[in-house]
This record gives sequence, C-alpha cells and structure tokens, in this order.
Amino acid sequence: MIDARPMLRTIAAFLLLALFSFPRLLDAEPAALIKIDGSSTVFPITEAVAEEFQKANRGAVRVTVGISGTGGGFKKFCRGDTDIQDASRPISAEEIEACRKTGVQYLELPIAFDALTIAVSQQNTWADSITVSELKTIWEPSAQGRITKWIQVRSPWPDAPLKLFGAGSDSGTFDYFTEAITGKAKASRGDYTASEDDNTLVQGIANEKHALGYIPFAYFEPNKRKLKALAVDGGKGPVLPSRETVENGTYQPLSRPVFIYVNRHAAERPEVREFVEFYLTQGATLIEQVKYVPLPAQTYRLTMEHFRQGKLGTVFHGSPAVGLQIDELLRREAKP
Amino acid sequence: MRLQSAIARNRFVDSLFAILGLLAMLVGLVTLLALFLGLALDGWSRLTWRFFTSYPSRFPVEAGILSAWVGTTTVMFVTALTAVPIGVGAAVYLEEYAPKNWLTDLIEINIANLAGVPSIVYGLLALGLLVYQLHLGQSILTAGLTLALLILPIVVTSAREAIRSVPNSIREAAHALGATKWQTVKDHVLPYATGGILTGLIIALSRAIGESAPLITIGALSFIAFLPHPPWQPEFPYLSFQWLLDPFTVMPIQMFNWVSRPQEEFHTNAAAAGLVLLGMTLAMNGLAIFIRARFRKQIKW
Repeated sequence: MIDARPMLRTIAAFLLLALFSFPRLLDAEPAALIKIDGSSTVFPITEAVAEEFQKANRGAVRVTVGISGTGGGFKKFCRGDTDIQDASRPISAEEIEACRKTGVQYLELPIAFDALTIAVSQQNTWADSITVSELKTIWEPSAQGRITKWIQVRSPWPDAPLKLFGAGSDSGTFDYFTEAITGKAKASRGDYTASEDDNTLVQGIANEKHALGYIPFAYFEPNKRKLKALAVDGGKGPVLPSRETVENGTYQPLSRPVFIYVNRHAAERPEVREFVEFYLTQGATLIEQVKYVPLPAQTYRLTMEHFRQGKLGTVFHGSPAVGLQIDELLRREAKP
Repeated sequence: MRLQSAIARNRFVDSLFAILGLLAMLVGLVTLLALFLGLALDGWSRLTWRFFTSYPSRFPVEAGILSAWVGTTTVMFVTALTAVPIGVGAAVYLEEYAPKNWLTDLIEINIANLAGVPSIVYGLLALGLLVYQLHLGQSILTAGLTLALLILPIVVTSAREAIRSVPNSIREAAHALGATKWQTVKDHVLPYATGGILTGLIIALSRAIGESAPLITIGALSFIAFLPHPPWQPEFPYLSFQWLLDPFTVMPIQMFNWVSRPQEEFHTNAAAAGLVLLGMTLAMNGLAIFIRARFRKQIKW
C-alpha cells in the first residue's frame, strides 16, 4: 500500500503559498513592455528592430511581436490591447470607425517599401516583361476560365497553358495587388493556386515551366536562382523590381509603403517613444538586411518630425492609394 | 481429405491475414520513420547547445529556441497542475459518489463529446472568457488554462478507467473495517489508481504540447527575446507568481514562424525545432511508461 499523504500535503502547501502570493501578483510593478502585433509582411522588419533595440537596452525593455495579420492586428490595436500595429496597408474605413468608438488615437508612420514581384520560372524563355493592362487581362474576375493560355495574353507567347499563383484572399498582399491591377480591392479571378504562405507560391512557380505569379519582393530576392522576375510596364516602359526602382518610384504600380501605427497614449511612455525613434533612425540598415527597401533618408527625417509633433490620424481616409509617391503622402493632411 | 484441405485453406487465410496486419502496421510505422528521418537529416546540423540557449533572431544561424522551450515547459506545467485536481476530482465523484441517474448519464455523454470538440473552439472560448472577461491577458496562465480545458475530458476519462480498475473487494474490505467513503478513496482507491491516472495525464499532455491553434487564437506571440520572471524572489514569500502573467511563445508557433520565412536556412531551424519537440513528446511518453511500470510493481493485493 502506498501513502498518498505526503503528496497531498505538498499540494496543499503549494496552494496555500499561491494564495498568499496572489495579491502580490496583482499589485506587482509592470515591467516596461512594448506590445506589437499585426501584419506578417512587416513582421521581419519589426522583429529585427525589436531584436536590436533589446540588445541596445540590455533587456531593460521587453518587446513582443505577434503575427495576427493586418486586419486581426487592427482589431486588437483599436481595442487598446497593443501599443504598436504592423500594417501592410493603410487603416481601412471600418477600422478607423472601430478606433473612433473606443477612443484610440494613433500616429501613422510609413517605415519601408514592399514591392510585389511578378515571378515566372527560370525555364520561361519567352517572357521578360509584362504591361499592367496585360496583368489586368490575366487577373480580372472576367478572365476566369477564359484566359487560360499564354498566347491569349500576347501573341508571340506560346500556345501553352497559363498556370497562375497568387496570394490568398486573407492577405494584405491580395488586397493591394487586386486594387493596383484590376482597380478594385479583392476583385480577382478565383481559378488560381492561392496561398497565404508565400513559400508555397515560390515552390509552385519554380517547379512549373508555364507558371506566373505574384509574391513579395522579400520572397523573390532569396530565391533568385529558382525564379525570374518580369519587368512591369506601367505606361513608361518596362521596369524590373529592385531597390533603386522602388526607391525612385519608377517601379509602379506594384510598390507600396508599409506602416506602423502607434497608439497615442502608448507614445507618451518613454520606452515606446525610444523604440519608435530607434525604428526611424536605425531601421534603414535592418530593413535592407531583411530584404525590404528602406525609405529615402529625408523621408525618415520627415516622419520623425511628424512623430515628435504628434501628428495624429491617417492620410488615407480609409482607402489604399495606388501609385503614390511617398513624399506626396507625407505632405497630405491627416484626418483622425 | 476434405479435412486436410480445409486445414490448409484456413492456414493460408491465417498467414494472409498476418501479412495484411503486418503491412497495415508498416504503413504507419514507415511513414513516421520517413518523417522523422527527413526532419533529422534537415535539422541535425542545427542542434547545438547555442540553439537551445539563444533567442529568436533575424539571422537564421543565431536564432534559437530558448523562449520557445521555456514557454512550452511553463505552459505545460500550468496545464498539468490545473488538469490534475479538477480531472481527478471529477473522476472520483463520477465513479465513487455520483448516483446513477439521468443527470449523471448526461454529464458522461457531455464529457465524451467534449473530447471530440476541435481545439480551435477551446481557443475561442478561452479568448472570450479568460482574456476578455477575466482579463488574464495573453499570458502563460491563460495558455495553461486553455490547454487544461482542452485535455480535461481525456484526463477525466482515463482517471475513471483507472479508478474503475481498482477491485471492488478493496472498497468492501475498507468499508467493513469502518472506513468512511472519503477514507476509502484517499487511502486505497487513489493510491492504487495513481499509475493509471498519471499515464492518462501524460498522454493528454503530449497531445497538448503540439497544439498551436487555440494558442494563436488567444494571442500567443511570434517574437519574444526574454524569459518570464523567475518563480522565486529574495523576500517573503519567496515564491513569485509574476511569471504566470508574462507573455509567451511555444515550440509549434516558433516552428510555424520559421517555416513561413523566405530563407532556406530558417526552414532548417524549423526542422531542428521539430526534432526537439518530437524529443520532448517522446520523453514524456517514456516517463508515462516508467511511472506505470513503477506503480504496478508497488501494488500488492
């Protein structure tokens, strides 16, 4: 026979001690903690900044970064659960409304460029560039089941099946691509291989000779040997995606700024203020390391000025702007 | 002659079934082995000491799983500590005290059904109840309680099995000597059932350790480069429970995050983390077998 009493006694003692300590648990000093959540596109950048920031502070400030997606993140942000929101698109009209209801005010800071790359397989010998109207022909909703061969897009291209790959409809990439190409957010044909995981798309395009798809530049860059990027012609001649063409604004309409939104009350806390200033001053080199394109230096200065002045609200008024220059955006009047 | 041919035919059918059974077993085993080997080949090179003692990083070579394995361990600890008293208490009540009526039947059916509810539903429940109503935040405590809810039906069911396997003659003997119901349960039934209860608990925990859906729902994080507060402190009462309210990440979430990165090297990290997770699960199952064997040896009746 085994005696269970020592075990029971230990558990009882543990529970008693827990009861004792519980009041301490509640009135304990909150450690300096910065909560960030949002887009998976912006995650690598914020992660890099958070990593360096914590190293620079020797762990005195704790930073957490989640991936709830831009939409899921804004839900938490507007409830006041998070301090900073990663966003791969500007705040939408519904989200502005949600934030207004809870009284959450915010600062909108562009932090980097993301370029959507039109990628084909390395075995694709016929295509080097594509025009925006050809992309529209391929991707608009009415193309479903109708545009199925390369020859239907441009006549010298082969009479071979056109295999399409693209972002899933929950992704901010999808919203932006459809807005930029078909003119209406979320308006796209449905008969293509869709995935929220960009690696799946990279693999799919690399292994399929007749494939065409769109992926973020950060996913194209490390897979250069497997994929080929098409130059995009937005009316001023074909332009390949690269750091230079994104920076000088010639890779249009598929390059876009990504943002962080900072809760106004959180921004009054010294550690959050320090973090954002670190982001805007040290961010550029880190952004290059994670294969995104930093904004021009004077843009960071201007953004910093806005942050210090406490320029509240958004300049987008609830609709994403396609093909806008970054400086143009910063000069716009913000609305709460 | 007819008899002989019948025997021969039956022998043939017999060996045919043995081969079929062996094949069925091999399908599962070989698939698991192939998966394991694939993971091992990919991730082996990354399994260094530094991998266990580093935080996540944007550089795949510097990235490690420190915050992830600490998170998984602490969450599992809270889960076990919550699920055991509640699960065993429910099982003891249902087996030893509850009257046999329609209400008990209803409870039993519900427990059986709860075991089949998808884990994401528990995540939603925890988000509504623990995070929004009780304001426990996206903390280790919330995660542990969520997973405890998830495995509770399994714990209750296996504890009931263990209690039921204690022979009735033991109870009758205790009652005959004047022991009360509680004394019988405390001194005889529970000690004998402990092996079975612990085995069931650990099997339930090895299911919980791989869960990510409910934790993502309550808001587990992807990047954490610090550890929770230590569970002790220099002044009275020496134990600190601050760590219960700290943010966390767990191994499956860290793996998922690495798999979705563009760089090939992060996928290697994910494979290595998968190996570690597999190792943790195996170790837990090994512990279950050890405990069962140990308690079986101690039981003499």
